[in-house]
Amino acid sequence: MNDDRISLPELALRDAPFHGRYPMKSVMCLHMKQGWYREASSLLGTRLFQCFEKAFERNGTMNLKDKLEELKEKGLEEIKNADNSKKINEIRVNLLGKKGPITEVLRGMRDLSAEERPKVGSFANAIKEELATAIAEKCEKIEIERTAKQLEKEKIDVTMPGFPVEEGQPHVLMQVIDEIEKLFIGMGFQIVDGPEVEEDHYNFEMLNLPPDHPARDMQDTFYINDRLLMRTQTSPVQARTMEVHDFSKGPLKMISPGKVYRRDTDDATHSHQFHQVEGLVIDKNITMGDLKGTLELVAKTIFGENREIRLRPSYFPFTEPSVEVDVSCFKCGGKGCSVCKQSGWIEVLGAGMVHPNVLKMAGVDSEVYGGFAFGLGPDRFAMLKYGVDDIREFYLNDVRFLSQFSQKG
Amino acid sequence: MKVSTKWLNDYVKVDDLDPLALSEKIERTAVEVDDTYRMQDGLKKIVVGHVLETKDHPDSDHLHICQVDIGEEEPSQIVCGAPNVAAGQKVIVALPNSRIADNVKIKKSKMRGVVSEGMICALQEIGFSETIAPKAYAEGIYVLPEDAKPGDPVYPYLGMDEDIIDVDITPNRGDMLSMRGVAYEVGAIYDRKVTLSHPEVKEASDEKIEDYVSIEASEELVAPYLMRIIKDVEVKDSPLWLQKRLWNAGIRPINNVVDVTNYILLDYGQPLHSFDYDKLGSKKIVVRLAEEGEKMTTLDGEERELKANDIVVTNGEVPVALAGIMGGLDSEVVPETTTIALESAVFNGHNIRKTSRRENLHSEASMRFERGINKATVAEALDAAAQMIAELGNGQVVSGVAKANDKKAEAKEVKITLKKINKVLGTSLTEQEVEDIFRRLGFGTAFSEDTFTVSVPPRRWDIEIDADLIEEVARIYGYDNLPTTLPQGPTTPGHYTYKQKIIRQTRRLLEGAGLTQAISYGLTTAEKARRFAMEPAETTELAFPMTSDRTTARMNLVSGLLDDVAYNAARKVENVSLYEQGRVFLRDKDNDRPREVEHVAGALTGLFRKSTWHDDKLAAGFYLAKGIVDFLLNSLAVSGRIEYRATSSHEAMHPGRTADIYLDDDFIGYVGEVHPSVAKEYRLKRVYVFELNLQKIIDAPKKESIYEPVSKYPTVSRDIALIVPIEVTNQQIVDCIKKNGGAYLKDIRLFDVYKGENIGKGFRSLAYTLQFSNSKQTLQDEEVSRPFDKIKNKLKEEFHAVIR
Repeated sequence: MNDDRISLPELALRDAPFHGRYPMKSVMCLHMKQGWYREASSLLGTRLFQCFEKAFERNGTMNLKDKLEELKEKGLEEIKNADNSKKINEIRVNLLGKKGPITEVLRGMRDLSAEERPKVGSFANAIKEELATAIAEKCEKIEIERTAKQLEKEKIDVTMPGFPVEEGQPHVLMQVIDEIEKLFIGMGFQIVDGPEVEEDHYNFEMLNLPPDHPARDMQDTFYINDRLLMRTQTSPVQARTMEVHDFSKGPLKMISPGKVYRRDTDDATHSHQFHQVEGLVIDKNITMGDLKGTLELVAKTIFGENREIRLRPSYFPFTEPSVEVDVSCFKCGGKGCSVCKQSGWIEVLGAGMVHPNVLKMAGVDSEVYGGFAFGLGPDRFAMLKYGVDDIREFYLNDVRFLSQFSQKG
Repeated sequence: MKVSTKWLNDYVKVDDLDPLALSEKIERTAVEVDDTYRMQDGLKKIVVGHVLETKDHPDSDHLHICQVDIGEEEPSQIVCGAPNVAAGQKVIVALPNSRIADNVKIKKSKMRGVVSEGMICALQEIGFSETIAPKAYAEGIYVLPEDAKPGDPVYPYLGMDEDIIDVDITPNRGDMLSMRGVAYEVGAIYDRKVTLSHPEVKEASDEKIEDYVSIEASEELVAPYLMRIIKDVEVKDSPLWLQKRLWNAGIRPINNVVDVTNYILLDYGQPLHSFDYDKLGSKKIVVRLAEEGEKMTTLDGEERELKANDIVVTNGEVPVALAGIMGGLDSEVVPETTTIALESAVFNGHNIRKTSRRENLHSEASMRFERGINKATVAEALDAAAQMIAELGNGQVVSGVAKANDKKAEAKEVKITLKKINKVLGTSLTEQEVEDIFRRLGFGTAFSEDTFTVSVPPRRWDIEIDADLIEEVARIYGYDNLPTTLPQGPTTPGHYTYKQKIIRQTRRLLEGAGLTQAISYGLTTAEKARRFAMEPAETTELAFPMTSDRTTARMNLVSGLLDDVAYNAARKVENVSLYEQGRVFLRDKDNDRPREVEHVAGALTGLFRKSTWHDDKLAAGFYLAKGIVDFLLNSLAVSGRIEYRATSSHEAMHPGRTADIYLDDDFIGYVGEVHPSVAKEYRLKRVYVFELNLQKIIDAPKKESIYEPVSKYPTVSRDIALIVPIEVTNQQIVDCIKKNGGAYLKDIRLFDVYKGENIGKGFRSLAYTLQFSNSKQTLQDEEVSRPFDKIKNKLKEEFHAVIR
């Protein structure tokens, strides 16, 4: 099948010496049958040929040149007037083909003297080349015009809507969590899941919150019975993971995202259910500077490259020192605005160095190992980042709310 | 704790500091600051007025027309409705165009025809809350001291010009629940000297404490318990300076005795209690645990039934105070009281916490007992209070202190190495730098062999171990000065577990299928928890739910999604396609802890896709829901045999439009239409749902991907259309075709279903395309037609199918 596909200029170039002005790439492809090319002839071609023959016989070399000249002029005129690809192809075959007049001239050169032969030869070749070029140019012109016409016909209204490709969206909280997970996986952290119905033992006691500890007031708890509760934080996953981690196999680096529950009345800023991502790193040489650097990455990832963080003293029973972490306001850049309540800083998470009691209770030698822990709230992050002013929106699942948060990256 | 910088300045110099800068420093170094303000903030043009004369308004039974000197040449005429206004009083006047509390503007006006050039104010009207304004003035205007100068701004007279820093004390920093504690902290932050006053008690020598009272108390309940007696006391209002200090701290002035106990509480952080000695009815104080069911009436008039772990202060027989929380009504100090028994003690914080939580009775005192008390100043606070009561009430302090369990408070020694400090903080602090920090905190230090032996005074009872000292060093050194680094050490691979991967992949796939992720509440009602549950299990219920709609851990996800769909429908959002991935809580009978099982569910209603210029709309329906489930299971490469079996056993589901989903004969979920009557409950039209036990899918074997060369030989298709009784299911036909199709049958696709004319009632026409192929060689005609004929025959045989 492919054999039928020959471009017109290509055909022209088959017979003419190659010249760089019409590289193959620039010419249009045309469908035609080889047979058609072989059989093609026209009155015009025959006439030209006869005229040339007579001249040759009568006048010898000088006239030959004139005639070739004439042949060229006439040929160029024909090419100029050709208005479709069929015509131009006929011209090409008649002028430049094997039975064409120029070929004939070249064939007849054997009768010329050795002196004249190259002169006539190069003259004829130059003419042949000139005609081939003119044909190729014309071919391309015709092709461009033809294509342009066709494209004009194919015009559509590009402003009509595209076919909708409708995808669902991840929940905005999950987008925040996913982003945090990606960051920490990149830093060699495991993702650890823990139970939502938790034992008092892990939720409080293993975190250095014995019964009657005043800090238990900070978290009002949904108890199921004396032993079980809906976890109030993702921190119990710390204790559970530390207990089973084999430190001889390397440091413990984990985050644990998930739902947590507090005995709170739902309003714009409180929800009895929200999310937390706990983070923990335990190794032999972990410093508070490492905590600072890690949290700075979190702040930059979620709130933008230009964010800074600052630490303020705070209190959590399971860390010592304990800090609150503020991020420089992403809205005003730290100058002070309504988002940061004019302070330039927004409180985003709590963190600290793991309390030796927590290590000891989990069976980790606190003289050798230490590290940091942090807990951040995706709900708070999302509220800040997107300006959501009512935490309940996250759990009511109004489609018009959910679909507002397009994923980036 | 509301800290007046003016009071603070008595102990440590802060009057050269901008209050906001001081707040910021406290916040960055010690505890959070909730607010920094003056009570006068937002008020304007409120001055002292001198009431020169009053007369009754002719057209009113309660208004008075007052001529008030406001420091101008002429007195102003002000109409006032307060019952207690009288000539000669110095009062608070809001001038015309002034601003009083709540941003209210006062203008010159006429009241029943009489011009009033301003307003005489009560304390509440200039921003005092009901809880701090003295009761004596609750119903009328406030009367300023006689020496107040007419025309002066009123604020300094009332202490409203003082800068107040409201600090939010974390549970570990109970030491800062006192002015003296705050002074030490600020002294450390700024490296400034703290100068405290210490009381000198003038004791009356005529009587001894032993003549009045003796104490009996066990050490576990209270240590120490101290008591002094002040006799011949006149109970009356406190002087204004004391009242100002109290209300600036948010405490209402009551009388000189109670005010002194509150003042000392603020100053030292030591809760005190004053009894009317004569009403105690004995000369003995016995501190003990309450008897179960024992009753007493507290100061607030509530009769309380006590429990066995409540500590009570008794007169040897009956309780006279709920220790550390609230006094008894019977021994309350009243205006007639003359002899005061003053208690200063440190009760066991655990008991106090339990009692105050149970009784929901949180007082300034109980909060401090729970968080700790400076044992070094129990006696000093008592002395200071006794002396002050004596002075303000013209009484006398009886010689001596009644005591129980009194031990001298000692400094604590905590050791830490310089190396450890630097190792934990990532710093390179020198011995001098660290020592300097301890000095600023007022801690003694000795340093040898890289180790600090730090002597921590009793006022910092929160410091017990080396980590506590590291925190002190870090915060005084400044968290901003710590380096910013990332953890070094052996690398660890970061990755999801297989289960986590499948869960995330499931979410991604369903989103790709067009469902949006919902996150609903994990707590619901017991009914909703059970309703769509996929397996029999017990509910997991909260012991003390907050609201009746959040009592039980969910046992299915569809219930929550229906709530979501209903929420949308109520807001006129009718096209909803949601999914949720999360845990359900299934409890087995003899276990109190539920199993937490990962599920995934979806809910579809209305249009899944709206019609467009090129395409018809697509409504939510059973086959769409089923298609999504199929897509999910296929995409997760579940290798087992998936089967949909019609079911009418789900009560909340449409009995004719629900299928249970089986994976190799194991029930993994269902898909179908919600029962119309259930949908109606939610005010919904048709809703299609599915729920799958995702854990079972995670655990299920998956197809292995092994490369198989793409067949070079053409595939042969054959169509077959058949009419069968309506009871014959697609599944039966497909099973039959599969069974008889031979080894080269690769695919069966249902491409047409027809019911209606030309086909008898009770029948339907189904048309399938069957694809045969052989990857080894070109299929011979016979290799297709033989099984194809067999299929036709079997279909006729088994289902009486008419092949068309």
